[in-house]
Formats: sequence, C-alpha cells, structure tokens
Amino acid sequence: MGKLSRIGWLYIGAVIAAAVIVLAAGSYSALNWSQIGILGLLLIACESSATLVSARGLAWSANTMAVLAAVVLCGPLGAAIVSCGTLFGIRRGPSATQRLFNTGMYVLSAYLAGRAYLAAGGKVGVPAPSDFPGLIGPFAVAAVVHVAVNFLLITTVCWLASDPGGGAGRLGIDSKVWLTDLGYGAFGVLIAALWSVLGPFTAVLVLIPVFVARWAVAQFAAQQRAYESTVSALCQAVETKDFYTRGHSERVSRGAVMIASEIGMRPERVGAIRYAGMLHDVGKMGVPTSVLQKRSSLTDDEYAAVQLHPMRGLDMVREIGFLDEALAGIMHHHERIDGRGYPMGLAGDEIPEFARVLAVADAFDAMTSDRSYRGARPVPEAIAELRKWAGKQFDPAFVDAFVSAIERDGWTAPEAAPAQEPLRTIESL
Amino acid sequence: MVAARLYEPRGLSRSGQDAGHLLLAFAGLLVIWSVAQTAVSGLHDVHAALAFGALIAFGELLRLNLPGDREAAPIATAGALAYALLLPVGGHPARPWVSQVIAVTAIAMIVGALPHLAVGRPARLTAMSARLVAVSCVAAAFRPIANAGLLGSRWWTQLPVMLGLIVVAWLLESALTALIRTNELRTRFTVALLDELRVQWPIAAATGASALLIAFAVEVMGLAAVAVFAAPLLVTQVALRRYAGIRATYLQTVRTLARVTEIGGYVETGHSARVSRLSVAIGRELGMPEATLLELEYAALMHDIGQLSLRDPVPGGATVLVARDEQRRIAEYGAEVIQQARVLDSVADIVRRQSDPCRPADRSQPPPLSSRIIRAANAYDDLVGSSADISRAAEAVARLRLDTACEYDPRVVDALGLLVLGA
Repeated sequence: MGKLSRIGWLYIGAVIAAAVIVLAAGSYSALNWSQIGILGLLLIACESSATLVSARGLAWSANTMAVLAAVVLCGPLGAAIVSCGTLFGIRRGPSATQRLFNTGMYVLSAYLAGRAYLAAGGKVGVPAPSDFPGLIGPFAVAAVVHVAVNFLLITTVCWLASDPGGGAGRLGIDSKVWLTDLGYGAFGVLIAALWSVLGPFTAVLVLIPVFVARWAVAQFAAQQRAYESTVSALCQAVETKDFYTRGHSERVSRGAVMIASEIGMRPERVGAIRYAGMLHDVGKMGVPTSVLQKRSSLTDDEYAAVQLHPMRGLDMVREIGFLDEALAGIMHHHERIDGRGYPMGLAGDEIPEFARVLAVADAFDAMTSDRSYRGARPVPEAIAELRKWAGKQFDPAFVDAFVSAIERDGWTAPEAAPAQEPLRTIESL
Repeated sequence: MVAARLYEPRGLSRSGQDAGHLLLAFAGLLVIWSVAQTAVSGLHDVHAALAFGALIAFGELLRLNLPGDREAAPIATAGALAYALLLPVGGHPARPWVSQVIAVTAIAMIVGALPHLAVGRPARLTAMSARLVAVSCVAAAFRPIANAGLLGSRWWTQLPVMLGLIVVAWLLESALTALIRTNELRTRFTVALLDELRVQWPIAAATGASALLIAFAVEVMGLAAVAVFAAPLLVTQVALRRYAGIRATYLQTVRTLARVTEIGGYVETGHSARVSRLSVAIGRELGMPEATLLELEYAALMHDIGQLSLRDPVPGGATVLVARDEQRRIAEYGAEVIQQARVLDSVADIVRRQSDPCRPADRSQPPPLSSRIIRAANAYDDLVGSSADISRAAEAVARLRLDTACEYDPRVVDALGLLVLGA
C-alpha cells in the first residue's frame, strides 16, 4: 500500500470499528466452539500460505473456503469469529495496520455473507443428505456476497492509498483473482457437507489441493522471474556488440511499460510489451558490428542492412510463444505515423499499437543516451523533440502519455559512456 | 524429446515399441470386455454414470502438458478415481460393477479426447492407456469389497483402504509411463521412474485428495457434489497449466535467443541446436535424471554465447580450432553472461568449464560431466557439421577417441559413438 491520506486512515478505522461492533454485539450463547476452533485453524493455514498477486503487495489466500464453511456450520457470528484468524496468519509482509484492516475486512464480509445466507433461506448447522441440493442456492448467494464485499472494501482502500488520478487499471489485480476466490469458495460447501462424514479430518483433505495449487502458483512466479532475468541477461549479451546501446533494451522496455500503463492497458498486454521492448532490437545481431559502430554516415548498402533488422528480429523471436501483438511491435517499431518509416511504410492506425508505443520509447532513449556520433541530450530537450515530431513520426497520444508519466515518475537516463573501450578481439589466430 | 527422434537407436531391440503396443492392446481388450459386459448386464444407476462420465470427459478435454513432454488430465483422473471409489450416493447404496466403472471411464475419456482430435492434436494413446489401467486396478480391487458391504460404514475403516489404493494407482501409472519413456527415450527404467514420481507427486496428491473428497461428498450431497467440485479443481488446473506454460516458453526462448550467435555469423546455422540435441542424447545414454538433462540442454544451447564478446567471428564458428586460452576466455565470458540471469548458476558453471580437458594436467578437480559432454559434442559438431555422411562421422569419432587420454572423457566418447554410428 502506498501513503495514506487522512481519509484513508479514517476509512481503515471505520472498517475495524465496524468489525469490533459486529463481534461485540453478537450473542455467544449458541455457538459450537470446537467447530469454530477447527475452522479458525484452517483459516490460519490458508492465510499463512497466501500468494502475492500484484506488485503492490496484495496477497490472495484461500480464506474464503474456511469462512464460507463457517457460514453454513456456525452462522454469521461464528463466521465472523473464524475470520479473526486472519490476524494470526504466519507470513511475512503485512504490517500491523494491514493485518488489522484485513481482519476487519474479513470479519465484515463473513458476517454479511452469513446474513445473506440466512436471508436466502439457508439453514445453519451440519447439513444432512436431505438438505441438498436446496442448500446450494443460499450458499452461492453467500459466496457472491463475501467476494463482493471483500472486493469493495479492498478496492476502496487501494483507491484511497494510491495518488489521485490513478484509475482502476492501476490496481494491479485482475478479475481472475476474484474468480479464483469464488472457485475456492466452492470448497466451503464441501467442508460443511463432509463434516457429518469425516468430521474435522475434512480440513486436512481439503488443504492438500489448496497447497498444490499454491505450489503451482509459486512455481509459476519463480519461473516467471527466472524467465525475465534470463531474457534480460541474454539481451545484455547481445548489446555488448555495441557498447553505446548498453542497457538500451531494458530502458525501452521500461519506457514502453510506462506508456502502456499510463493509457490503461490490461496487465497481460503490459507484460507482453515489456518483452517486446526487451527484444525489439535483437535483429541487430545480424547487422555487422562495423556498421553499428560507424561514426560517419552510412552507405546505401549499409543502410539497407540496418533497415533489415526489425525483420530479422521477428524471424528470431517468431518461435517464442508470444502474443502476436509483441511480434507485430518488434517488426514495426521503425514505422512512422506519416508512412515514411521501414520496413513496410505503414501509416497512422495501420501501424500496430505496440509498435507505436515502442517507437516513442525507443526514440526517447536513443536521444537521451550517448551515441557514437553524438553525446546524450538532456531529458527536457528530448521531450521537446518528441512533441515536435508527434503526428509525423510518433503517435501524439502516446507521446502525451509518456510525457505525463515521465513528469510524474521521472526518468533515469543512462550514465555517460566511458571513454572508447575496445571490444575484445582474437589475437591468437 | 527431439533427441530421441534424431538419434534413433540403431540395431537395438524393438522392446520399446513392444511395451507400448502391449499396453495399448491390454487397454483395448479392457475397454472391449468392460463395454460388452456392461451392455449385457445393463447400466446400474444411470445418473451417477452420467455425472461422473461428464466430469471425466470435461477433465480429459482440459488435459495439460506438463514439463518434460508429459500428458496429464488431473480432473479426469480425480473423477475416474472417485467413481471407482464410490460410496453410497446421497444416502442410497451405489454398487457399480468393475466393468461399468471401466466402461464409463473409457468412453468418457474418448469423448473428451475427440475435440482435441478434431483440431489435430491427437491424444497420446499410451498415456491414456496408462491412466485407464491405473483406474481399472483401483476399481477391480475396491468394487468387489465395497459392493459386498465389507468396508463398514465409518470413515476410519473406509479411508485407509481408499488411500492405499490411490497410492497404488499412482505408483502403477508412474511405472507404466516410465516403462514407455524408457523405451521411447532410451533412458534407464529406474531413472525414468524416479523422474516420473518427482514430477507427478504434487499433481498426484491433489488428484488423490480430490478423488477422496468427491467420493465422500457424494455420500452426503448426492451428485450435486460432482458439479460443485468442478470449480476448485478447475482453479488448481489453471494454476498448473500456467506453470507448465511458462516452463515451455522459457525453454523455447532460450532456444531462440541462443541462435543470436548464428544470426550474428559467429557459428554455423543450426550448430547450437545440434550440439544440444547430441548432448542431451549422450546425457540420457549415461543415465542422467531429467533435472540434470534440462540444465545440460540449457548449457549446450548457450555454450557459444561467449563468442558475442568477440569483435569478429571465429572462421566457421569452430571453437575446436581456436587456441586453448582463447577458448577458455570465451567460455568464461559466456558463463558471466549466463550468471547475470541469477537463476542459472549451475548452467553457468557448466559453460565455464566446457573447454577444460577431462583430466587436467595439474590434477585439479575435473570439469563436471555435463561440461565434458558438451566439450565432446561441440568438437564432434565442429568436425562433422550438418553432414549426414557416416564415414565422416566415423572419422570424427575416431579423432575424438585418440584424445581420450586427457582431452575427452572416454565414457562420453563411447556413448557418442554408439549414438551416431550405432553399436
């Protein structure tokens, strides 16, 4: 979570206070404490194995299933008490405030889900075979209410914590997480149903698939990190051919991501454009080093070799299981809005969106870093240049998005290139 | 993998195909017998058969490819096991016969595989057969006991039996798959079995637990449990699929990016791919487990990445012709590049030591086996290239053999000779 305003603190206080009121006002006489205790342990186990779902530190856990089982077995108040287990989850990450807020949030959504379950005609207690399938309707209502309240409360806190002007797209959680939540919610009714057969042992059996799913998600995240760092290491290796472009791919990738998130692209597309940025110049491998590092102007043949690089890049990465959009971006990143670019001479909207984004980030980084034929320009000058060519070379919308992103978040230009450092050559041949 | 297809075993026994055919034939007979038997005796409890059949077909439709070119259908397996382990349904006794369980499972699997076939992705029949045989064994062991009412009605008498059978089914399926892979890929059975168990155990645990949950939940909830269960199973499946997907993309990307040396004119076209195929085949011949083979494959694909530090390409890219010190520098630089990826340190180590002789003159620690394999495979490819001329291959192997005293590992060269020349 980012910095909180006063309203944000008030909001968090209100959520926690409401939860305390719910817990304090209830009647504790008819509760089955052994059920609540076991479900509370289950919830702590789920909470302890939470997975991060966004870069902003939001985590998802399978809490929903324990809470919803409690809704059926112990009623609204019981579910609210079970939700207090959130406070005791064994995991690093959340601060004391976050823990308190999460607990308050779960207590409220559990209580409301329990109320909705009763209102829809659900019966509290260990269900018998005769209760099915009649129980499934009210249970579905409770599941939807739980997820919806949860979503509402967390979206609000994220909205209050982020700087004004950030849209919902900047939240960084996609709708899949909420569907996942509903999917695990289905385990809730199973736990309740199995209680009459397996008793507390149900919790053990249910945890196995949950932990496997969590293992798969963690493996996925680890592989993804490995993937990113490998791609970036290999891109750096390619860049050693021309030390003026060192770090160029990485920065173009960063710039393209800034533009993409500024215009509110979906997270998957932002991910794809990040790779496209990293790999956009991979085709330069096919251009002789002597041409890339030439200080004087290029001959026609040499220029033709340079113009070929987007196509060569496409040939190389075509086999990677990418979004087609990323491929189109790599192929067309040297097209111009006025149709005078290469390799196809596309104009205006014919140029794929990714390519138009990459063109802006690519040109900007080229201007703000050293080249063999000139020194780096300062950022304001490069921005002025972007604006000057907007509508001719660049898409004005993306130039505007990039400029406002830079003005807000800043831009780290590369360090000045060191004095001419020759590449290693083979002397022994 | 690819290697098996390129380096076909020459003059070896055809037991590989035989094992696969035997399994297929057995599964086929099982299907015919069970369908005929069910047709004669009639379907018992049509609703349960339809509900579980639908779940199995749905799961088969969503089958996924796991790392290492494996097929799995966790939802289908969970559904089939649950059907085999069926307890009373919603308070009424359920007693499907063994033949009915097998028939429903087989037909549902075929129905679920049809859409894949329609879009040109035929299922791997041996994998399907292994799954069917495992489920059949559970049914054959469990149904007679349960149908006769010998299990008792409390969970502590039922659960241990069910749990034991699920473990047996998993071991059986793994053993069958390992047997097929042993023959397809020319690896060793024990190595293949351990690989199989290692890759499959998380999925098997989830599948088994789900099967138990469904079987028990059906007892209380009736067949609605089958539908309710599809949701969390689906979520687990999505997580597994994403994981398998990124693994595949990773390998593909390394394969592609390793080609920068070819595009830049540093090495001959196809060199990295050939060296990596040959290296993996040698590694498998020498009994390496899958995780080590994967590292070997990455290292072999990127073994020439260090050449990017050269201003001008080595003529023909043949590092075997370059002086020892220079080779070492290239290898060292390549390892530096790979080390920047932070997650491939052992791969970097393999690349770093790829040019070291098998028996160092100063009696220091010899390079790891993977490095020795890449060294031999690389030297072989530099000498032979993409040529398919057998006498040239024989010459190259003979030349490598001359140097086995200190340069190349004799075991590696023997395996290489076996692969490219036949026994």
